Amino acid sequence: MQLTVISGKGGTGKTIIAVAISELERSAKVDCDVDAPNLYLYYQGQEIFQEDFSGGKQAVVDQLLCHECGICQTVCKFEAIVNGQIIPFSCEGCGACVLACPEQAIELRDAITAEVLVTRVSGGILSHSRMEIGSEGSGKLITILRKKAQEYAGEELIINDGSPGIGCPVISSLTATDGALIVTEPTQSGLADLQRIATLCRQFKLKTFVCINKADINEEISAQIEAYCKETGLIFVGRIPYDETVLKSINELKPIIYYKNSMANQAIRAVWDKVRKELFSC
Amino acid sequence: MKIAITSTGKELTAGHDPRFGRCAYFLIYDTEEDTYKAVENKGQLAGGGAGIGAAQQMTDEGVQVVLTGNLGPNAYNLIKASGIKAYQCKAVSCQEALALYKAGKLLEISQAGPSHAGMS
Amino acid sequence: MNIAVLSGKGGTGKTTVAVNLAAILKANYVDCDVEEPNGFIFLKPRNIRSQDVKVLNPVIDKAKCTLCGECVKACQFNALFNTKKEILVFEKLCHSCEACRIACGSGALSFQERKIGVIEEGEGDGLKCYRGILDIGEPMAVPVIRQLLKNVPEGFNLLDCSPGTSCNAVSSLRYAQGAILVTEPSAFGLHDLKMAVKLVREFSLPFGVVINKWDESGYLLEVYLWQENIKVLGRLPQARKAAEEYSKGRLLKDLPLYQAGFTALAEEVKEVFLCS
Repeated sequence: MQLTVISGKGGTGKTIIAVAISELERSAKVDCDVDAPNLYLYYQGQEIFQEDFSGGKQAVVDQLLCHECGICQTVCKFEAIVNGQIIPFSCEGCGACVLACPEQAIELRDAITAEVLVTRVSGGILSHSRMEIGSEGSGKLITILRKKAQEYAGEELIINDGSPGIGCPVISSLTATDGALIVTEPTQSGLADLQRIATLCRQFKLKTFVCINKADINEEISAQIEAYCKETGLIFVGRIPYDETVLKSINELKPIIYYKNSMANQAIRAVWDKVRKELFSC
Repeated sequence: MKIAITSTGKELTAGHDPRFGRCAYFLIYDTEEDTYKAVENKGQLAGGGAGIGAAQQMTDEGVQVVLTGNLGPNAYNLIKASGIKAYQCKAVSCQEALALYKAGKLLEISQAGPSHAGMS
Repeated sequence: MNIAVLSGKGGTGKTTVAVNLAAILKANYVDCDVEEPNGFIFLKPRNIRSQDVKVLNPVIDKAKCTLCGECVKACQFNALFNTKKEILVFEKLCHSCEACRIACGSGALSFQERKIGVIEEGEGDGLKCYRGILDIGEPMAVPVIRQLLKNVPEGFNLLDCSPGTSCNAVSSLRYAQGAILVTEPSAFGLHDLKMAVKLVREFSLPFGVVINKWDESGYLLEVYLWQENIKVLGRLPQARKAAEEYSKGRLLKDLPLYQAGFTALAEEVKEVFLCS
């Protein structure tokens, strides 16, 4: 069973909720938010797997063979070659320059862009990565992280902490999961992003749950979100109140479910109860 | 006739890999010569379109039959368009998969499985 | 001059800082977060004009194609397939690099346009607003960002970038001459800020940091900034009121609690980026 926690918009509290759920239920955890991997900050454990990851290829020019004819520069659609020098951040590894070079002075090489790590932590394994900044291929990296989790997980449940947006990494976080939990917030931005991410989930025909974090910030939009869920067949699983304890829990890197008097804690537990029932009912 | 089996290793005794696009090897068995060879799946670690890359390898190798687990939508359509027959099999080793196929006990895959995009 | 507004982590207030600063400085606002563009909600531009963003995908002329498969071999993205009867194109995997055209020996390849998003422009209160929007289900945002940034006007532009340090944020940075990094004083914020700092240093851009949701808990962040000799452009307080105003799509710059902070921030930004 796999659940992916996503948000569309960043900073809605996705990771906090993913951590809470994976504390409530024994589960393997995958940090799919490879650009801003925060999940592992909560955990200490023993590394049981490490591997270099190549996100794609990059062109490399052999300066000895290069005659500076400049043909490579004219064929490159990504403006990634300037005066015979490859600009690493821009090169997409398409190989057009390799084909066009009359001197065969350019070749494609694997670019090491990240490290894949599996760590054994309390309550299950954690599959995560350390990515070089500005790297390409995060979708493929997410696929590998999820595969590794399946390999090492003894648990029945895998929680994927997704990334913001609707593009390539999000698509990779959502494929072949059993359900998606969208964490949204009652703001105009939150609502706009919810509609975009929900459309994507529909394209994937996923069982899609929605919860509103900081729901009492704007009751009116919270009601709108609930109505939107009803209209479009999204399973609404609850409101989580604005709670300053959450900020405290992030700073102390202690999952919110261990703060007994926290209102958010109680609400998240209720959310998970509902999701759990639906998820395991089929 | 050439039969490809999605495999976890290079020998017929190796486990059958139910994944198509992301399997480690293809064992290609030649029925006329009763020989086989292992080819690495080039699509295995592709950024995207692994099933497409794997299906291309099948066409390039002149394979007529594929024994695998599921085919994603892209791979299914391409295998079909290339006139290759795909059979579903859950056997534990490649050898057994081949025996089951020869005995006519495997079902032809008649629809695409879910899009896994590398996750199966 | 293009100044990129970045954040390592999502939800730190990057858009809040970008739209309020644009409104104060009367700078052009450019929303480069094309997967989730939200800036227009706050600036409410009028008179919106839009243009499609299109990419080029190959089309095969069957009369000329010899089915040699060179194009398939050349494609690094598995976007082409040779059934031995025809060449099929998988448009969403195509990067429009045209390597297939170079590889084709029989001139059988041409290109046709396909829409993947739109670019919009309009007028807010005394400023111009631009944004890109990626169509849902399209995986590649970079072509939308690129077209958006190639069409921004001369003058002072604030680029509201995608969160994180991935290819989307990087492709916006290529067009920037300076950067404002927005962070928050949590352990998450600090962790992701370090990645963003590494990125702007890689690009050798002048930059400064805005600490949003500032409170005393951020001492580790302040220590880090001081050790790294990073300029703090401003500190904006943490308040439930801000979250409420944001939720309604309103600017914060005129709220009593934020007015001074934003005015001071705008002055710093002017001094750091415009006077040097």
